[in-house]
Amino acid sequence: MYSEKLLDHFKNPRNMGRIENADGIGKVGNPVCGDVMWIYIKVRDDRIADIKFETFGCGAAVATSSVITELARGKTLEEAEKITNQDVVDVLEGLPPLKKHCSLLAEQGLRAAINDYREKQRAKH
Amino acid sequence: MIYLDHNATTPCDPVVLEEMKKWFTEMFFNPSSIYTASQRAKEAVEDARKKVARLLDASSEEIIFTSGGTESNNIAIIGTALLLKNRGNHIITSLIEHHAVLNVCKFLEKNMGFQVTYLPVDRYGIIDPDDVRKAINEKTMLISIMAANNEIGTIEPIEQIGKIAKENNIVFHCDGVQVAGKIPVSVKKLNVDFFSLSGHKFYGPKGIGALYVRKGVKFKPVFYGGHQEKGLRPGTENVPAMVGLGKACEIAEEKMAQDSSKEKILRDELEKKLVERIPEIIVNGHPEKRLYNTLNICVKYVEGESMLLHLDFEGICVSSGSACTSGSLEPSHVLLALGIPPEVAHGSLRFSLGRSNTMADIEKTADVLPEIVEKLRKMSPFWNKK
Repeated sequence: MYSEKLLDHFKNPRNMGRIENADGIGKVGNPVCGDVMWIYIKVRDDRIADIKFETFGCGAAVATSSVITELARGKTLEEAEKITNQDVVDVLEGLPPLKKHCSLLAEQGLRAAINDYREKQRAKH
Repeated sequence: MIYLDHNATTPCDPVVLEEMKKWFTEMFFNPSSIYTASQRAKEAVEDARKKVARLLDASSEEIIFTSGGTESNNIAIIGTALLLKNRGNHIITSLIEHHAVLNVCKFLEKNMGFQVTYLPVDRYGIIDPDDVRKAINEKTMLISIMAANNEIGTIEPIEQIGKIAKENNIVFHCDGVQVAGKIPVSVKKLNVDFFSLSGHKFYGPKGIGALYVRKGVKFKPVFYGGHQEKGLRPGTENVPAMVGLGKACEIAEEKMAQDSSKEKILRDELEKKLVERIPEIIVNGHPEKRLYNTLNICVKYVEGESMLLHLDFEGICVSSGSACTSGSLEPSHVLLALGIPPEVAHGSLRFSLGRSNTMADIEKTADVLPEIVEKLRKMSPFWNKK
């Protein structure tokens, strides 16, 4: 059902945890649907200097969270915004059709964190 | 490997398999032919039928072989609907039935103009016989209620519901797939007209089941063909599987008392240990009126599949809700019917024990799961925000 790659990210999730005083937080998903992803980012010079996630969800939800944080780390915000769910699926060497929404959640989570950061910046100025 | 998913399926007993073998090979004959060898096959089928009947306290003439629980349920419900559609178009069932009943009822609603009442359950999963009585109207022709629930193990008051059906002259079907071979069943005492069972749930082969049809109760066949099973379920008999089912019934009768006391001790121990070791878990199902082999829990702030995967890495096989729903994203309809919020229902695990389980299996599971839960809760935004 799941690829070796996905099981590895599920077993050993990268960047799992919380960032205190994060510059941006993206909260996506709905507990009623069984998947919730919170993405935290720290931004330095328009670049994602640190990124972490907390996820309540299935194996695919955990693995897609882990992958999106790996893909985004070190990228400029502009680059990070271009990461799509397909990029996540490609890293995982595929996802079962029923779990495609998890990769979308990861994409949305990252974009929500970036938007949150930008809004906070705008509010400051 | 530690297998704790016996409500999904059980391994075929080697004695059952041994008994089946020759009916595939040297005794391959069609029971409908007239030469002597075929008559032996015919006798084997009738002998198996007797054994199934004995398990249910029925007579042989009241047993029809089918391909399993799903088919038995379909034949009973659709067959009754076809026969009685001019008498009435109202069916009473419950919210927690297996999909092999629920989706049959939904088919009849959508395609044949039937009206279906889905009765609620209390927080333990018990159906109130009074609710059955109140749901009856002049159009009610069929009641279908399961003997015990596959996910939570709650045992329903079938005898009382059967009495109500009888008083009101309504056909009563009981999906007995989870109780047959596990606890003593007397279809006479239960007041049922139809009773479904499945071989692979109690160490028989897959692809074989039976439907008890009370003497005098009629239905329209769903399949049409030859004269087999009195034309009620035509098709060349699956002799090896029927023989296997018969043997499984015989063994179940012998071992039931021993199995139940052993598995209950193990199940209770698992329940006790998990409740002690994992904070914020809920045990689902009725505390006493529950199958002795079943434990269903909800672990708050954690999702079921992720626990299931980690248990699998440790070689422990369990299911989350029901194996049939694992492929869907919806939380278990049974847990929702108990009033459990969807976000909690997503964190369910079902352990169902069987003959091969030992105390060592229970200890390992109870050692491993708390660590898994802790790991996943560390990852969960809800646990961290508490």
